[in-house]
This record gives sequence, structure tokens and C-alpha cells, in this order.
Amino acid sequence: MIKTNDLTKKFGSNIAVNQLNLDIPEGEFFCFLGPNGAGKTTTMEMVEGLRKPDGGTIKIFGESPWPRNVGILHRIGIQLQASAFFDKLTSIEQLRTFASLYDVKAGGAEEMLELVGLSEKAGTREDKLSGGQRQRLSIACALVHDPDIVFLDEPTSGLDPQARRNLWDVLESIRERGKTIVYTTHYLEEAEELCDRVAIMESGRLLALDTPANLVEGLEAPTRVLLKHGVLAVEAARRIAGVETASDENDLLTITTRSPGPVLAHLAENVSLDTLQVRTTTLEDVFLHLTGREYRE
Amino acid sequence: MSAFSSLSSAALKGFFRDKVAVFFSFAFPLMFIVIFGLIFSDAGTNKIEIGVVGEGPVITALDSTGALELTEFDNFQEAFQKVKDGDLPAVVAAEGNTVTLRYAASDQTAAATVRGIVAGVVNDVNLRSSGATATYRVQAQQVEDTTLKPIQFIVPGMMAWGVALGAVFGSAFTLVSWRKKQVLRRLRSAPINIFVILGSRLVATMMIGVVQAAVFIGVGTLPVFGLKLSGTWWMSLPILLLGIVAFFAVGLVIGSFCKTEEAASGVANAVIVPMAFLSGVFFPLDGAPSWMQTVSKFMPLRHMNDGMSDFLVRGDGAQALVSPSLILVGFTVLMLLLASKLFSWDAS
Ligand SMILES: Nc1ncnc2c1ncn2[C@@H]1O[C@H](COP(=O)(O)OP(=O)(O)O)[C@@H](O)[C@H]1O
Ligand SMILES: [Mg+2]
Repeated sequence: MIKTNDLTKKFGSNIAVNQLNLDIPEGEFFCFLGPNGAGKTTTMEMVEGLRKPDGGTIKIFGESPWPRNVGILHRIGIQLQASAFFDKLTSIEQLRTFASLYDVKAGGAEEMLELVGLSEKAGTREDKLSGGQRQRLSIACALVHDPDIVFLDEPTSGLDPQARRNLWDVLESIRERGKTIVYTTHYLEEAEELCDRVAIMESGRLLALDTPANLVEGLEAPTRVLLKHGVLAVEAARRIAGVETASDENDLLTITTRSPGPVLAHLAENVSLDTLQVRTTTLEDVFLHLTGREYRE
Repeated sequence: MSAFSSLSSAALKGFFRDKVAVFFSFAFPLMFIVIFGLIFSDAGTNKIEIGVVGEGPVITALDSTGALELTEFDNFQEAFQKVKDGDLPAVVAAEGNTVTLRYAASDQTAAATVRGIVAGVVNDVNLRSSGATATYRVQAQQVEDTTLKPIQFIVPGMMAWGVALGAVFGSAFTLVSWRKKQVLRRLRSAPINIFVILGSRLVATMMIGVVQAAVFIGVGTLPVFGLKLSGTWWMSLPILLLGIVAFFAVGLVIGSFCKTEEAASGVANAVIVPMAFLSGVFFPLDGAPSWMQTVSKFMPLRHMNDGMSDFLVRGDGAQALVSPSLILVGFTVLMLLLASKLFSWDAS
């Protein structure tokens, strides 16, 4: 559905997107993950046809999105900032107005409000909605003409944890409708939880592209077990069968192991379990491995 | 609904739900109409008020001159006291064949006027009662001059100003805020073109402008203000609409290069306020220095204002449409060219 070949964008001497090669099939929940300034938004904008690439090619539905390709616009839904609304209109009026731009029946407006859980806010003006509600409304506005592909740029940023969870449910139900979803986030756990495939970006480059599970497994990193300081001596920990390393840092005893089962069984017999935490590998470790730096949102 | 009509109705709803916008478009110009209208409401009628005692042909003839306002008194002493106190410039008493005139010394101009009128009237009555034919005759006829009663230029002026202001701010703010909030990008990602986007906003602005004009004229024609519309008033509508288009285009230019609402508001005011003074919307330019008259010829607001008052209050015929229409259309084309050079969809 979307194919890019050596896609590149420069702002002056700053290479915002550097020779990106992507292939996103129909129905995929695709995620761009990366810290601020990684080039996620710029990439999306070029694919959407809102920005001109400096190099490489893009095909979406087999066509080039630039220069503005009116023929494909009704098949694309774009959520921009959560402020891209008409002044002083209510939720339902926003949806009807956006629907009219695509010459589709405004009847879908109620259904979209329902989908994003805003039915009760149908008559509320855009400026009276909370941050999470605005995000959901802007997603509904991107969906109101029933596009095949939806682009969502950081739909969950700036939301409190509860609102983020609610939005995840919305994204899941959009996926169930068979839409292709391309979205960006800088939340690692979100990408891990929601996406079919993740493209990890940094400084305009694509560092890795795979399912979250494959990325984590590919790292072959050991499981880490953390114990409160003083519960167990470092030497004792090293003697447990299956333990690779044990070290005392930051008031925590950190044990690494590739056979967590037996190690945990041993620990359970000797120490109280509420003094212990288990850390499995996450995308954070993948990022650390790929860049050699801690991930900072 | 089509994209065009739904965008127009979104713009109208947005406008009428915005108290600040409604205030500046309606209440603000109305305030000027009310204040100026009341201040100048008497300015057109400057009759001299005098006291009269008794009746007869002389008093009747004085009344019918239309130049004096007569207040009747029962006895001469009472009226005389008023003159002494300075409350009345003069008193005329008719008793039998004697006409007595007493006037205050303080206001020589009023005194001379009253003396002249009374003497003239008495001579006229004498001539008639004597049955003789007059040797000389005055042929007098009233001429409608071009000086208007104040309300007759206040209302068209405020109409031009209020509507132009609304059109400039309407389009400039829409562009700036839509660009800032990425509504422009969102619209660009939909299969509609820029002419639908701007055209729908223009139609909404025109509707608002027509409602503004109707309200201003409606208030002006209230008896307190006494605006009198001429027979061809409705021909001002094309000028009103062309004026709206022209100032909408000015707003597009401003909205194309300003990045924030504050900047747009500053630039719009800097353009509109001086232009308003130079276009004679607050006071007529008849007495203005000649350089100002020359400069004002280059102001589209001047032509919108004059063009509308030609029909609203002067009763000109259709030929008066030509020149202001051409000027406004020419100006619009200029502004649109400039706007299309400066326009951008995105902030960066
Ligand atoms: N309009 C622009 N003008 C100049 N530089 C830009 C512009 N947009 C983005 N950039 C730069 O391009 C890089 C990528 O930005 P962006 O795509 O917004 O990253 P992300 O969305 O991942 O945070 C950044 O270095 C940013 O400063
Ligand atoms: Mg971004």
C-alpha cells in the first residue's frame, strides 16, 4: 500500500529523513517510534503528500502523492494537531463539516463519535473538550470519510495515562475495521503494545524495522532480576546456578540470567518475593542496543 | 450539504458564536451612529426662537416664513422679561395696528435677522392691505444643496467602515488561525480546492456584511436619528458587496504574511484606521485640506463610502455605479495578486 525508496528530506544542511525504505502492506498497524526530532513527522508528511521529498520515491496506492494528488485524497485520513478544528463548532458539527469536504453522507458522523466514545459530547464545542477528548475527536474527523489508510501523528502525546489507555482502545477498534494505520509515537511501551511492526528512527535514519517481539528476541538480552539492597549478598547471588552476572548498583542488586525459571525458583525459596522485581527485555533495551544511548522521550 | 455551503455555514456559526467578533462588527459601529447621531441631531435645524404676543395678519405671516420659531405669551410684560433675562432674543407684540419689536442687544446677528424678517413681513402686509401693486418682486426658490444633514453621512460612513473592518478581520484572522491550528493543512488534505475554501468564507462575510448594513440603516431610520433613504437606496447593494470583496482581499493579503493573530490585528488596524479618516467615514472631507482630498482618492474605502451614499441618501441613478465599481474591482484584483504571491499553507 505504501512503498518508499531512499526517501530523503533536508532542511538546509539538516537531513531530517535519510534514505528511508519502507513497505507497508494493507491492514497493518504500522508505527514510527523515535525521540523528538527523529524525522517521524516529516516522513509522514511526505507520504501524505503534504511535503515535497528532496530525494527518493513514494508510492501510495501505486501513485505518487506529490504534487498534490487529488485522486487519492479521499482514501487517506489524516489527523494533524488536536487543534485542527473549525472555531466554535460542536463535535458533531466538526464531523459533519469534515464529512462534507469529501462529499460523503454526514450520517457517518454519529457513528464516528460513537467509535471514539464521544457520543455524549456531540453538542459540546471544540474548545470545551479535554485534551484526550480533542484527540479522539480529531481522530474521528480523520475517519469520517471512511479512508483506507489513517495517519495519526502522536495521537497520545500529552495525555494522562487513563486518557492514553482509552485512546488505545479506540485505535484497536479502528484496526478491527480493517484500516491500515500508520502512526507515530515516542512512547516505547505503546509501540510494543499496539503495533504489528515498528520502525525505530533516530536522526532521520531507520535503525530497525520489525515486529516488537522479533526486535526484542533478536537482541537475545538476558532477563534482569532486581533485589533490594542487603537482601542477598553479591557473592551468594553469583553462586546461584544460571546466573550470568550479579552486581550491586544504586541500592539494588542486579542479577542477569538467560534461564530465569530456575533462578527465580531458587530465589523464591531464599528471599521474600516482595523484595524482588523482574525486568524482561523491552524496546528500550533495543533502542539502547541500537544507538548505544539511553532512550529519552 | 455541499462542501461550499457547509464551509460557509461553519464560518457563519463560528462568527455569530464569537462575542468579540459580533461586538466589533455590530455594537462598535452602532455606538458611533448613536453618539454622532445624537450630538448632531439638532445641527440641521437652526431656527431663531422668538416670543409673540397677540394675533393678527402680521403674526400669521411671521409664522409662515418658516425662519422663526414662535412661542406665544399672554401678556407683553412676561415676554419682555424673558428678553431681558436673555432667555429669548426678541419679542413681537401685535396690538391693533401697532407692531412692537423688542430685541436683546447681546446677540447682534440674531437681532438683525429678526429685525429684517419682521420689517419685511410688516411691509408685505402693508402692501397687501393697501391694495397697491408692488413695483419690485422677488423670485425665490429653494435649492437642494449637496450638504447633508449629519445622519445622512454618518450612517453610510459607519456602514462602509464597519463592513470593511469586518471583512478585513474576517479573512485575515481566518487565514492566520487556520494556518496556525493546521486547519489549512487539514483542508488541503481533503479533495477540495482553495477557491471553495476562500469562496465559502467570502460568501459568509458577505452575508454578515449585509446584515450589518441592514442593522445600521434600520437604527439610522429610527425617528431619533431621522435617516432618510433616497429612492435608489437599494442600488448601493452592489457597491456594498464589491466593497466587501475588496476588503476581504485586503484581509487575505494580511493573513497571508502574518504569522499570529496579534500581528494580523495590528497590521489590519494600521491599514484601516488611517484609511477611515482619509476616506471621510467619520466626518465629511469637504472642509479637509486639498492634499487630504487627493490622498483620499486612492482609498478604496472612500469610493465604497461615496459610492454607497450616492444611492442611499443622494438618490443618484445607475450611472453612478460605474466608477466606484470599477475602482473596487481593480483594487480587488491587485490585492488578490499580492495575496497569491504571499500565501502559504504552512507555517514553515
Ligand atoms: N519545517 C521545518 N523546517 C526546518 N527544520 C525542520 C522542519 N520540520 C522539521 N524540521 C527538522 O527536521 C528534523 C525532524 O523533525 P520531525 O520530523 O518533526 O521529527 P519528529 O516528528 O520525529 O519529532 C528535526 O531536526 C527538525 O528540527
Ligand atoms: Mg513529530
